[in-house]
Amino acid sequence: MAATAVAARRPIRASRKMAWGSPAVYFVAVMLILAMLAPVAYIIIGGFRTNAQITVDPAGWPAPWQADNYLEVLTGDIFWRQVLNSTIVALCTTAGVVTLGLMTSFILARYRFRGQGAMYSLFAAGLMFPLTVAITPLYILVRSLGLMNTLPGVILPQIGFAIPITIIILVPFLRAIPDEIQEAASIDGCSRLGFFWRMVLPLAKPGVVTVAILTFITSWNSYLLPLFILNKEGAFTLPLGVQSFASQYSVDTAKVLAFTSLSMLPALLFFSLFQRQIVGGLTGAVKG
Amino acid sequence: MFETDRESVNLAQDRSVGVTTVGGGAPFASPPTGRRPRKGIGWPARLEIALMTGPTLIVFLTFVIFPVAMAAYYGFFNWQGYGPPTEFVGLSNYVLIFQDGTFVDALQHNAAIVVLSLVIQGPAAVLLALLLNRKMRGQTLIRVLVFVPYVISEVVVGTAWSLMLQGNGAFNAFLQKVGLGWLESDWLADPKRAIWTLMGILTWKYIGFAVILFLAGLQGIPDELTEAAAIDGASYWQIQRRITLPLLGPTLRIWAFLSMIGALQLFDLVYIIWGQYVSSTAGTSTMATYMLTNGRNAGEYGYGNAVAVVLFFISLVAALIYQRFVLRRDTAGAITGGKN
Repeated sequence: MAATAVAARRPIRASRKMAWGSPAVYFVAVMLILAMLAPVAYIIIGGFRTNAQITVDPAGWPAPWQADNYLEVLTGDIFWRQVLNSTIVALCTTAGVVTLGLMTSFILARYRFRGQGAMYSLFAAGLMFPLTVAITPLYILVRSLGLMNTLPGVILPQIGFAIPITIIILVPFLRAIPDEIQEAASIDGCSRLGFFWRMVLPLAKPGVVTVAILTFITSWNSYLLPLFILNKEGAFTLPLGVQSFASQYSVDTAKVLAFTSLSMLPALLFFSLFQRQIVGGLTGAVKG
Repeated sequence: MFETDRESVNLAQDRSVGVTTVGGGAPFASPPTGRRPRKGIGWPARLEIALMTGPTLIVFLTFVIFPVAMAAYYGFFNWQGYGPPTEFVGLSNYVLIFQDGTFVDALQHNAAIVVLSLVIQGPAAVLLALLLNRKMRGQTLIRVLVFVPYVISEVVVGTAWSLMLQGNGAFNAFLQKVGLGWLESDWLADPKRAIWTLMGILTWKYIGFAVILFLAGLQGIPDELTEAAAIDGASYWQIQRRITLPLLGPTLRIWAFLSMIGALQLFDLVYIIWGQYVSSTAGTSTMATYMLTNGRNAGEYGYGNAVAVVLFFISLVAALIYQRFVLRRDTAGAITGGKN
């Protein structure tokens, strides 16, 4: 199911030599790509213009190109602090989810004990609850734990809400490791936990990579939870930063565009590095 | 992104839950008095189980289950968020919700978004997937580029589109340049248009996801089938209609489910582009933006939680109905198919 599909996923393209298709197909494909990328291009190119240029001709080309907006954002400390916050939150969330998810999935997949099924069902039930529903009590909980305006106040709930999907994806992965390997390992004097470190981790790598990438991007883009938890500018993550920058400098359109396109870059870079795993992982996780 | 995936796997999940639930509600460390399917569990193993699942259980129960339970509890109180809730009001929050025209409006907007997403994105994504499934150069690049809007955060998308769609923004200027000046209008504030603007942005942002899903589904259809049909003299479109589409059915139905749940819980884009006040006058408010506007932002925590509960149950009922009547044939075989 969920993860057998992940395990069985193939890289989407399987082509070696390709013929040129019909021109009509290319035409539609190019129009599609233009439509998808035009807004992105508008943000990036708009950042190279001045407000005067934008006022005179909102849809024009930069004439002349000038990088002041970008330089101003890049030399200020607001942007970098938010990049740092977002990075810390995304990395800690991912590390936490992968660590907790792997340990628990290992137990659920390879141990037999009473209440195992109940535990699995409990985590699976977590899939039913979107963060939106629990947001106000979460805010109250985080507030009473004294974690308001701190990054752990965002990280911990994010880990909690990412655990169900992680377990659902990883358990079948770990279960698919043949018992013979475990028996062979134990004959060779490997303890159960030693087996976990030496055999399970390497074998579960594709599943772990999928989970890690999904978690990272979700965390990087998340908006609702930081909106509730982080009220002080020093703790803002990038999405909050973009929004507050956009309202603070609402008359300075060019600068807002520069800020927005810079904040988009890390996600785009990350995506282009891992696009194959992301696309494959998504289809795998959903096809289940 | 995550939310949708979570829901999706949920489909797969429901089948396995039925089979997996064997034990009672007993926690992991209960003594092994019952059956011992394999080797007996010794103390070391029990310690391992406790150590390796304990932290996860704590985080999960604290930050997921507890808040969800509290949402249901707070929903029965008139409570402004200070001190413990004391003024128990029973179901009156729920009565108020359904008497509030603004909520009913939001609910209708959600319903419209659900239907329009399915009607607009579904056929368009199928056509695009068919197109991109043809052998052609640059296929991989095109597939990656189609997916770009899906990866960009909602905040960036919302900020950029609201700048472009302003009355004196780039979109109207662009229309004038290409000779479509008569189309120019107030895309965001005009109540007649705003919902369509929203649909346009949603389609732009999420269609890549549908296309990628469908492409994966198309990869699963064996070439032999279409080749055989072609030999029998079927045209390209006949093949797509009679062979590809029916075989794509399960993927389509899962996508429709994800799209529906996502549309019911839509929040970020609307809140960023329209904000809490404009969204209801422009006709784009959703249940989730209503929840924030009338809950926390109004200082009415009890009421906001009641809205969250309503949102949850509406999604749940929609999901159950859909699974019961639409997804049943996809999952029918799986229930007998064992655990995984």
